[in-house]
Amino acid sequence: MTEPLLQTRGITKSFGALKASDAISLDLRPGEIHALIGPNGAGKSTLIKQIAGNMQPDSGTVHFLGQDVTALDTVARARLGLGRTFQISALAMEFTVLQNAVLGALGARGGVMRFFRPVMKDRALLDRATEALERVGLQDHAATRTAELSHGQRRQLEVAVALTLKPRAFLMDEPMAGLGAGGSKRLTGFLDGLRAEAPILLVEHDMDAVFALADRISVLVYGQVIATGTAAEIRANPDVRRAYLGEEDAA
Amino acid sequence: MTRENYINAGLTFLLVLVPFWAWSTGQAYILTLCTKVAILALAGVGLNIALGLGGLVSFGHAAFFGIGGYAMGILASHAQTFDPIMEWPILIEGTKSMPVIWLVAMITSALAALLIGALSLRTSGVYFIMITLAFGQMLYYFTIGWPAYGGEDGLSIYVRNSFPGLNTLVPVQFLILSYVILGLALLFSARLSRAPFGLALTAARQNADRVETVGIAPYRLRLVAFVISGAITGLAGALFADLNRFISPTMFSWHTSGEIMIFVILGGVGRLYGPVAGAALFILLEHLLGGVSDYWKIFLGALLLAVVLFARGGLIGTLAGREVAHD
Repeated sequence: MTEPLLQTRGITKSFGALKASDAISLDLRPGEIHALIGPNGAGKSTLIKQIAGNMQPDSGTVHFLGQDVTALDTVARARLGLGRTFQISALAMEFTVLQNAVLGALGARGGVMRFFRPVMKDRALLDRATEALERVGLQDHAATRTAELSHGQRRQLEVAVALTLKPRAFLMDEPMAGLGAGGSKRLTGFLDGLRAEAPILLVEHDMDAVFALADRISVLVYGQVIATGTAAEIRANPDVRRAYLGEEDAA
Repeated sequence: MTRENYINAGLTFLLVLVPFWAWSTGQAYILTLCTKVAILALAGVGLNIALGLGGLVSFGHAAFFGIGGYAMGILASHAQTFDPIMEWPILIEGTKSMPVIWLVAMITSALAALLIGALSLRTSGVYFIMITLAFGQMLYYFTIGWPAYGGEDGLSIYVRNSFPGLNTLVPVQFLILSYVILGLALLFSARLSRAPFGLALTAARQNADRVETVGIAPYRLRLVAFVISGAITGLAGALFADLNRFISPTMFSWHTSGEIMIFVILGGVGRLYGPVAGAALFILLEHLLGGVSDYWKIFLGALLLAVVLFARGGLIGTLAGREVAHD
């Protein structure tokens, strides 16, 4: 078995009496899409925040590229190569689409503390940004103000910015959220190809997408991972059917 | 060229035309007013980097304005009494040389901004406003209780400091000097806003999560912006002191912070020429309405209210329309 790129070991996080994460151990292996599903309030967002570095676990560790990154913040983890997309688009809304992508390329390259040369004339950054926009199909909107993008296009831009980072692993929080059927299908096709570049830990509500894409699926319920397995295994798992897919299906 | 560029060019033309007319008709008072506009605009250019680009609502920029002023006052007062600032362990004497004074003013205000910024940037929103305000007021009360340099009464410098090759006491020469410095600061500010640093800083204002996620720490960006901002406002303080040949604790008071902020808001937050338009409008109102009533600031208040309510982009924003993303 190949060494996992990203791993959580016994992550626990409580808010008062509520255990949002209860000894969660997950891993993400090279070349796979590992989907994380679970009903609302299962603790998916809390888990994502601890993996991305926005939140410190009470106990347990996060390992990335064989390194314990538990004590590192979001910025440091991003620099190591963790490419994150947000559930609610986190973009600079006053910027053009291209500027958002260039920001990503700038973060990846470094050299932010430069005060004189126009950043939007930097060929290397522009090439990298344009390439990412082309891959998600936003190249025609490069000059559009981000605030004027449709919801679906913003989701595409989120992914494009993550692409400019050329990350070692992707952490995607509901990239399909709010996409129409067509958009969702296109993104599914795109992510399918992306896994060869870097594995994806995918939190997603769109079950069709999850079962179509995921090499492995983990099911989170009340802060605990109750099952991890292939799509077929998860479908057949009685605990999952009871907890997540609905009692009536199990009956 | 965008519409904003035309407006900026027009404003530049006016700001050159008015003193030229005043000079050719021998109205020294107007020249002094124009110099004042340039210097106050410079203070605003400084604040605009923190406030406009970084979204940092600093209500304590009087601290840097005052430090610049006192740097000038201390150096020049020692030079005029031939009494060294310190003799041990090294001899430091006062100076009347503007370039040296400016350098000292910028370095000391940059250091103060580093310290104040490092502490206050750990907070945000209202807390940031309050902490920066507190630092400004701290220095204000400190200078009031500091008898060595005039305490509450302030300190007069009898002869304007010198600049190599110029007679700074001739109003038009000091005006040109102030204009050149403002021009350089505007040039720097324009380049900064388009540079990698400017992109990241403005992105951090819009969405800090985004910036962190691409591996850039917003705190560092903001701190550097705050230091640059403080240094420019400090330089303006030194020039302002030289214009009046007088320093006093008022330079540190929160009124000063408020006025610098008013220049930026009246003119247009985050607009390159915002502080210039704002300072010019402020001085124009002071000049025109100040003659009508001592309470002219009531009208200023009404205007500010109107700008905040109906013209969020300030003067420049209203005339130029929404900011065009530059490339």
